[in-house]
Amino acid sequence: MGIWAIFKRELASYFATPLAYIFIVIFLVLSATFTFFMGGFFDRGQADLQAFFSFHPWLYLFLTPAVAMRLWAEERKSGTLELLLTLPVSVTATVLGKFLAAWVFTGIALALTFPIWITVNYLGNPDNGVILASYIGSFLMAGAYLALGSALSATTQNQVIAFVLTAAVGVIFVSFGAPLVQSFFSGWAPAGLLEALRGFSFLTHFQDITRGVIDLRDIVFFASVIAAFLWATVLLVDLKKGR
Amino acid sequence: MIRIRDLAKRFGSILAVDGISFTVNKGEVLGFLGPNGAGKSTTMKMITGFLQPSAGSAEVCGFDVERQPLEVKRRIGYLPEGAPAYGDMTPLGFLEFCADVRRLSGADRRAKIEAAVEKTTLQGVLYQPIDTLSKGFKRRVGLAQALLHDPEVLILDEPTDGLDPNQKHEVRNLIQGMAQDKAIIISTHILEEVEALCSRAVVIASGRIVADGTPAALEARSRLHNAVTLRLKNPAEAPALRAALSGRPEIDSIEEEDGQMTVFSLGGQPILGLVDTALRDTGIAAGEIRVERGRLDEVFRTVTLASSTDIPARS
Repeated sequence: MGIWAIFKRELASYFATPLAYIFIVIFLVLSATFTFFMGGFFDRGQADLQAFFSFHPWLYLFLTPAVAMRLWAEERKSGTLELLLTLPVSVTATVLGKFLAAWVFTGIALALTFPIWITVNYLGNPDNGVILASYIGSFLMAGAYLALGSALSATTQNQVIAFVLTAAVGVIFVSFGAPLVQSFFSGWAPAGLLEALRGFSFLTHFQDITRGVIDLRDIVFFASVIAAFLWATVLLVDLKKGR
Repeated sequence: MIRIRDLAKRFGSILAVDGISFTVNKGEVLGFLGPNGAGKSTTMKMITGFLQPSAGSAEVCGFDVERQPLEVKRRIGYLPEGAPAYGDMTPLGFLEFCADVRRLSGADRRAKIEAAVEKTTLQGVLYQPIDTLSKGFKRRVGLAQALLHDPEVLILDEPTDGLDPNQKHEVRNLIQGMAQDKAIIISTHILEEVEALCSRAVVIASGRIVADGTPAALEARSRLHNAVTLRLKNPAEAPALRAALSGRPEIDSIEEEDGQMTVFSLGGQPILGLVDTALRDTGIAAGEIRVERGRLDEVFRTVTLASSTDIPARS
């Protein structure tokens, strides 16, 4: 009950300001731009959405911090955190409710990319199983980014700082799997370290899923990243609330 | 209903609250007084479960704040300092949110929201974003939120701050009307409010209780308590009256200011009869004569300043 009330309020508050609409428009415009111009959707000559999904890790890198930055920073700045935490609902429920609102909001933006799915089905016969898996993978990855953003938003009263911190830490999480970073380490680092770094990257796990195989390991990875950062959020909210 | 034992809170090296104990029973309105930074808000934040105490315990309706925080929060209506609320919501949306979190539903939910709106006269602004409301209305939205679930315990941090005199009067009436069946703590800087509203006043300074009693008992600690102030018809007769009164052991001192003469009693004993006799004996006519009750602001200053001067000695 408590979670539901918090979730409802938080989700509604996205749409109470222009933020929601700006975010959704930018997300749709950028994902279309990347797909058609940079991803070479038409040039590939293949009926799939590889060009669309391959940019999601980078798109989320800058867009999800914008969704997550206000979660706690704003509550602390305006003093409503005191109100929220003296209502009869546990910190855990509050953290979950807020996170779910941000996640569902991002899910709405992701769902609104459906015209691209219609397009590819009109043009050819894509493997819709792979596309569904990719959507699920993309949604899970967004959740991981948002959980990270939630934790970092709890560390500050300033939304801009929360945004920059989340984007910066997000870069680390993505880039471990990027070829550029991998080649930097591959010359001298032991293979075990290389593999461990790769294993921590959102990119690696997301790419695994977009190949059309939803491996339990990838799901467990994203689920545990989400759980870990939400747990960190609970601790940080408790730790920081006095000041 | 509220029992606090040796409550303390430390922020780093600063001891904000230093061992406060008191109880508040049903029907009591406790006025929490003290200079800024004395620890009033911090104490309230610990009772409401927002901050964890560094030491001591707080109990509300028999539930310990640290061990059963949700039970405590269910029974408290709390107006935090500055009456924070979600600016992008309307008062109605905000109250509905609070009702949802507090698990009110159906007809009960509607009736309680309606009652809270009516008590705080928010009817006119229910559909305006809270951000666009005046300070007085924002405060009332905060109050409505605190009253919403008809809690057994009310903790209000400066409930009348920023209100105009009429609104202050309304809020005081509102609190007074609820006083019989609740335990209420209000913090305030306005001493007349304590006299008008509170059955008990606790003064804290530097995190410690420096005075605790009924407003009348606190007034009795004033130097002015039971002093007699008179205005003579002929001010030139003042020295004669002074001469007649001097030497009496009951009288502490006599001060003259703006044609008024104040006779201070020693230890607050009644001296009206004495002054009256002196007037009659000397044949001096007084145009105005009154017995002082004592002033809270004077007591407030005395007890809080006395304790702040001993801070260096303590640290």
